[in-house]
Amino acid sequence: MTTLGKALRGAGLATLFMSTTALAQDDTIKVGILHSLSGTMAISETTLKDAMLMLIEEQNKKGGVNGKMLEPVVVDPASDWPLFAEKARELIEGEEVDVVFGCWTSVSRKSVLPVFEELNSILFYPVQYEGEESQRNVFYTGAAPNQQAIPAVDYLMNEEGVERWVLAGTDYVYPRTTNKILEAYLLAKGVAPEDIEINYTPFGHSDWQTIVSDIKDFGSAGKKTAVVSTINGDANVPFYKELGNQGISAEDIPVVAFSVGEEELSGLDTEPLVGHLAAWNYFMSVDTPENDAFIDSWIEFIGDENRVTNDPMEAHYIGFNMWVKAAEEAGTTDADAVIAALPGTEVPNLTGGISVMLPNHHITKPVLVGEIQDDGQFDVVWETDGLVPGDAWSDFLPESAPLKSDWVELNCGNFNTETETCGGA
Amino acid sequence: MPLILRSLCAAVMLCAATLAQAQSFDDLVPALPEGGFGERAQVVAQIAATGDDRAEAVLAALLEGDLHTLKSDGTVVIVTEVGRDDVATDPVTGADRGIVERRGSSKIRVNNSLRRVLRTAIGTLTLTHPDPNRRLEAADAAFKSADPDQFEILKTVLDGEQDRAVRTALSEALAVSALAGDAADESFKLAGIAILQSRGDQEAMAILRPIAEGDDPVLAPAAADAVTAMEQSQRLWGLAQNVWFGLSLGSVLLLAAIGLAITFGVMGVINMAHGELVMLGAYTTFAVQEAIRGSMPWLFDWSLLIAAPLAFLVAGGVGVAIERGCVRYLYGRPLETLLATWGISLILQQTVRSIFGPNNREVGNPSWMSGAFEIGQMTITYNRLWILIFSLAVFFVLLFVLKRTAIGLQMRAVTQNRPMAADMGIRTGWVDAMTFGLGAGIAGLAGVALSQIDNVSPNLGQSYIVDSFMIVVFGGAGSIWGTLAAAFSLGIANKFMEPWTGAVLAKILVLIFIILFIQKRPRGLFAVRGRAVDS
Repeated sequence: MTTLGKALRGAGLATLFMSTTALAQDDTIKVGILHSLSGTMAISETTLKDAMLMLIEEQNKKGGVNGKMLEPVVVDPASDWPLFAEKARELIEGEEVDVVFGCWTSVSRKSVLPVFEELNSILFYPVQYEGEESQRNVFYTGAAPNQQAIPAVDYLMNEEGVERWVLAGTDYVYPRTTNKILEAYLLAKGVAPEDIEINYTPFGHSDWQTIVSDIKDFGSAGKKTAVVSTINGDANVPFYKELGNQGISAEDIPVVAFSVGEEELSGLDTEPLVGHLAAWNYFMSVDTPENDAFIDSWIEFIGDENRVTNDPMEAHYIGFNMWVKAAEEAGTTDADAVIAALPGTEVPNLTGGISVMLPNHHITKPVLVGEIQDDGQFDVVWETDGLVPGDAWSDFLPESAPLKSDWVELNCGNFNTETETCGGA
Repeated sequence: MPLILRSLCAAVMLCAATLAQAQSFDDLVPALPEGGFGERAQVVAQIAATGDDRAEAVLAALLEGDLHTLKSDGTVVIVTEVGRDDVATDPVTGADRGIVERRGSSKIRVNNSLRRVLRTAIGTLTLTHPDPNRRLEAADAAFKSADPDQFEILKTVLDGEQDRAVRTALSEALAVSALAGDAADESFKLAGIAILQSRGDQEAMAILRPIAEGDDPVLAPAAADAVTAMEQSQRLWGLAQNVWFGLSLGSVLLLAAIGLAITFGVMGVINMAHGELVMLGAYTTFAVQEAIRGSMPWLFDWSLLIAAPLAFLVAGGVGVAIERGCVRYLYGRPLETLLATWGISLILQQTVRSIFGPNNREVGNPSWMSGAFEIGQMTITYNRLWILIFSLAVFFVLLFVLKRTAIGLQMRAVTQNRPMAADMGIRTGWVDAMTFGLGAGIAGLAGVALSQIDNVSPNLGQSYIVDSFMIVVFGGAGSIWGTLAAAFSLGIANKFMEPWTGAVLAKILVLIFIILFIQKRPRGLFAVRGRAVDS
């Protein structure tokens, strides 16, 4: 009861602050939040909006940044990709925010890129993505393929002895690029082409009978088989339901997913899914004091003890703290100064390590492989020894292997090391 | 007391156990949390080898994730849920260790390979269990482990087994075990190949294929013949399976479209909010299940039967409200109707999002809708089977209402000739509202069924709206039978194309086919006279 009282008082104080500071515009730093609150992606992005509000509230309790309070500005791009660009422009030009945290899908990020470049602002992008990009105004706090997909495949190959692979994905840019990288990687590892099957399904696919039975069929060749899933969003629930119903257990054919986290599992009975895997850089079940504190404050902020935390939330946690640190170091929130200060910034992550912002605008993260449990959580069964630096350009694609991103020394996002020019192949 | 028990146990062990047994059960259990998964697997094998009576309970608890270590003193305990508390018991002494606090214990972790080891270990312990179902499970575990060392045990157990089903499973397990090692002679292995061939499923094929590709002069050709024969029968079963998948997809399409067949097909209203009415039905199911979970958990298996009439009323009520409040002012203006109902669909979506949140809601499957059974080499999942039955039931009830009841007669009269029907004394406005309400209510029923196979989220309806219009237009607006024929033919066509073209292209091809078909027959499969046709 007392904590509730405290929280209420805190919230009251915060709103008081906001209303007074709203009058004195110069005394606040505006932070833009660009996440869909309606439409298809609302399911994933609404949580991130709430997480950002919590982080900002906590930072304000600590006295804000550079002596100024932070003021969140929330807009709703409604899962509509062109609207993302309009809303980004509205945030930067209209609201004059100093930094934006936002986007989920790659297509929404691609849609806002030119806006951030033109208006010279900063975007923190918190979701795992397909890589092959590095932009001066964008900081990628989610995983690049070498921080998620490749280590997960390594785990299955080494620990589970998998020899046959089904790469199943939703038909859009992230799965297609990731699968291209994975296929090149598997072939380089000596997997025969006939032991790799790739299939794509439309967004929101709900009838998985044929594909699941195909997977069963593909798995009956006498070699250990696994499914690498880049199936996105809502389509996962019917996919896992069909797997459970057709009796494919994780011990027979494990499925490792890159887009399924605690949040996605909360709409699902996970009893038949125990043992299926996910690769992330953070799990809610990780047992560290930082994580316990984060979970406690999240539950208190949201007022529902059944709410879960997930990987993109941790990415925002890291990104926000990095921005705060860089802004304090630069003594200003001016975009150019913060962009220059960010590389090299170190902040603790929630899994007990220290993440650092690299010159290529990606960060170092540990890679964890977790197995789904019957309570909707993941148990970590494997993790990398140290933190893995994010690689913007995959080494396994011939066209991107010679490319290198370095905004500190080269001031270039796609420097070609063979021709020694900036500007790609 | 525990001390006496311990020493007693130790004494018994000492007498009974052979000298080869390095460690006792009592020493092995505390060793479980130590080391990585590899070490744990060795300890598990040793525990199974003790043959101790308590071993099965410990291993089962480990498999279920119920074996924890207490953070206070590091002892291994089995945690069971009693009411709202977690209670710990000592697996060695059986002593009660009291209630465990949140974060007071940590689970001993297992991964997939350890789970396989555990199932095999539990299998060897339960091969002679009194319950035949447990013996069957044990035989299946032995089949999956394909362990050559189990050959002798399986042979002995098989000789003593009486139950027919268990005997079959054991002989298959024995065949796998024989083929995996050198313990059996060639004729025994050939018999094993024959046994696996008669089993005929994909798991049997997975075992025979590597042998067929091997270089054994006798076994390889025999296994290759068996695989060829099995592949042939699987191809036939594959056709049957595709037809079943198609029927199942068709039944989902039928359910989604049948309500629209009334509002759009019969009444001619382009109802873009149809999908959201389906969603309302799904959320009604969720609400009913929540209420049942909270107060009457024993009713859970009946939740869908309770939800169905409620969903009909909720969606039907919303449908009547839409018709009375909006659509009736727009009759004869299809473009405005389209825009207005599109707006209503967005309002409904966002309302649900505000009330229930944007996340997926968990709707459980009742026990009679979970799992699958097999006919030959074909897997049929119960939820799909019940949805097929349900959709046909809804279809025939609707047909009965339209053809055999007074309200159905009035609906058809108003549809065919409104002024004449009004002259006959039919309250056309009331009939309009009821017709729209019926279509909406059926959409709600569809939601109950779809909640079993799809996400229950505010976006549920959007994914079905295009398909629904496609089915109704293809079947012929106004014809209920046309909707049935269209749903099943498109379902089956889609499923036959999918393995060749992939899911994305299959969907595109179906759309192209429909466009071409509509060019040739603009009124669909079964053309009917109605208001939609006149206008």
